[in-house]
Amino acid sequence: MTQIFAYIPFKNGAAEDVALEYPDAAKKIDPSAEVTAVVAGTGADLDKVADAMTGIYKEVIKIDHAELAYPNAELVRKALLDVLPHDALILLPHDTFGMDLAPGLAVKMDSAYAADIVDFEGLDGKDLKMIRQELGGAVYTHVASDISSGAVITVRPGSFAPTEDTAAGGSVVDKSGDVKDLSAKRKFLEVVVAEVGDVDITKADVLVSIGRGIEEEENIEIAQELADAMGAVVSCSRPIVDAKWLEKSRQVGTSGQTVKPKVYMAMGISGSFQHLGGVKGNPFIVAVNKNPKAPIFQVADVGIVEDILEFMPELTEAVKGL
Amino acid sequence: MEILVCVKRVPDTAENEFELNSAGNDLDRDDLVYSVNEWDNYAVEEAIQIVDNVGGSVTVVTVGDDESEEVLRREMAMGANNGVLLSDDAFEGSDGKGIAAILKAEVAKGKYDLILTGAQADEGAGQVGGMLSAMLDYPYASLVNKIEVVNDTTIQVGREIEGGNQEMNEIQLPCVLSIQTGINEPRYVGIRGIRKVASVDVPVKGAGDLGIDPATVGKNGAKTRRVDYFVPDLGDGAEMLEGSTEEIIEKLIEKLKAKGGL
Repeated sequence: MTQIFAYIPFKNGAAEDVALEYPDAAKKIDPSAEVTAVVAGTGADLDKVADAMTGIYKEVIKIDHAELAYPNAELVRKALLDVLPHDALILLPHDTFGMDLAPGLAVKMDSAYAADIVDFEGLDGKDLKMIRQELGGAVYTHVASDISSGAVITVRPGSFAPTEDTAAGGSVVDKSGDVKDLSAKRKFLEVVVAEVGDVDITKADVLVSIGRGIEEEENIEIAQELADAMGAVVSCSRPIVDAKWLEKSRQVGTSGQTVKPKVYMAMGISGSFQHLGGVKGNPFIVAVNKNPKAPIFQVADVGIVEDILEFMPELTEAVKGL
Repeated sequence: MEILVCVKRVPDTAENEFELNSAGNDLDRDDLVYSVNEWDNYAVEEAIQIVDNVGGSVTVVTVGDDESEEVLRREMAMGANNGVLLSDDAFEGSDGKGIAAILKAEVAKGKYDLILTGAQADEGAGQVGGMLSAMLDYPYASLVNKIEVVNDTTIQVGREIEGGNQEMNEIQLPCVLSIQTGINEPRYVGIRGIRKVASVDVPVKGAGDLGIDPATVGKNGAKTRRVDYFVPDLGDGAEMLEGSTEEIIEKLIEKLKAKGGL
């Protein structure tokens, strides 16, 4: 039987959604696995989350330490090394926190490491069989990790079915006393909140969203003309902001804005999971991309294989003529 | 400041349509276009800008085969001072930890204040920087989108976190940082730049030169391995609109009207 520990990140006293997704992931690893939740932080927020987790997990390990008021990855790593058995199988989210913590944790635990897992296919002897993507989601791979000396695994948020069972009747085990030294060579200073831009894309019903397919800065005008004709707002994917062609406040994705439009026009966007992570509320997605293999076509409702630079002006004219 | 930047030669996602080979277990690699990992260009640019400001030198390093030398030369054409190629048959099949262990051996040969990697590469794991830092017992920050040098022993770094927010940290040197795209605007490299560094010596080091036990890296040392590539059955996906552009637009407009897009 596999002992699995699921690390529960939280903000303002509320666990992140991945807390509901670990049980499904664990079941796919080993149907007989026992899953223990691990929450680290301090004070009332921590207690609230630990309590909430007893609805989902039979056992909840709580690590309360003033130094953990902000989840500094270096400090959390030290705490986990003191509290968890080093041959454990530890699940974390593949997000900006998990990416900061997990690789170093795997080294210090002397465990196997597997990142950004989207599905599990069970155990085969010492090997855990998993599925992930490479090349920005263009291809899938089967991977196998020897977990006999433990494993640290990050799972992609949203890839596993959230549990509806919230009556586990679990209990909280306080392991704060196991934590020894919590000093770090990295010190958290502050969170600088994103600037508000000229346009609030989170309020728009229709978004004309552009990606690499726009090719040149001056082509953004083509998208703006389509958006004007449709009464829509222009948003974008990460490369457009990296190139400084549009403001950060226009970026859709986990590292940008979360939008909930009725209609999402993905123009020349390949459709990485980080981008799609910012598209919520199940909008009607129209994807136009000249690459018929673009991952966006797997999630879009309607797909069109065309060059957006030729397609958008024609669509603009047609919409104007209505 | 002495800066080491770890780079990688990868299939270019913007230039390739990926297909499986005839056996269905690997990519069809015959006509793939390779380039330097996009994130690494930002890391090298950042290193060059830091050295321009406070002095020092930039070394680029990669673990790979003979062909990986071209990405080192490209980054040297950007302005990196030195390049080192870590290459050995024993390195093939390494997992993230194997690559980090090989890099660690090279780090131990020098005296670096700052080690940069890209936030992720072709495999999308984003693992090598964090592993390298843990092996060296250096502090680490991932997804860095701002670096400010405070003094000889301290820097401030911004990390890109969810929602477009930025987490500011103070870190002691030496440290390892993984660099996110958008931190700067990597300079253009022309043919002339590449030619200028064409004859610069790029040392090649193997397991023996680095004092690495071949059993601990490569396929033998890997706890995690890729079994194969595959095409999943993802259901039907999008309804593809076909026909002339005019016909497609007509169908699309009907759908947009029905869904509240017009």
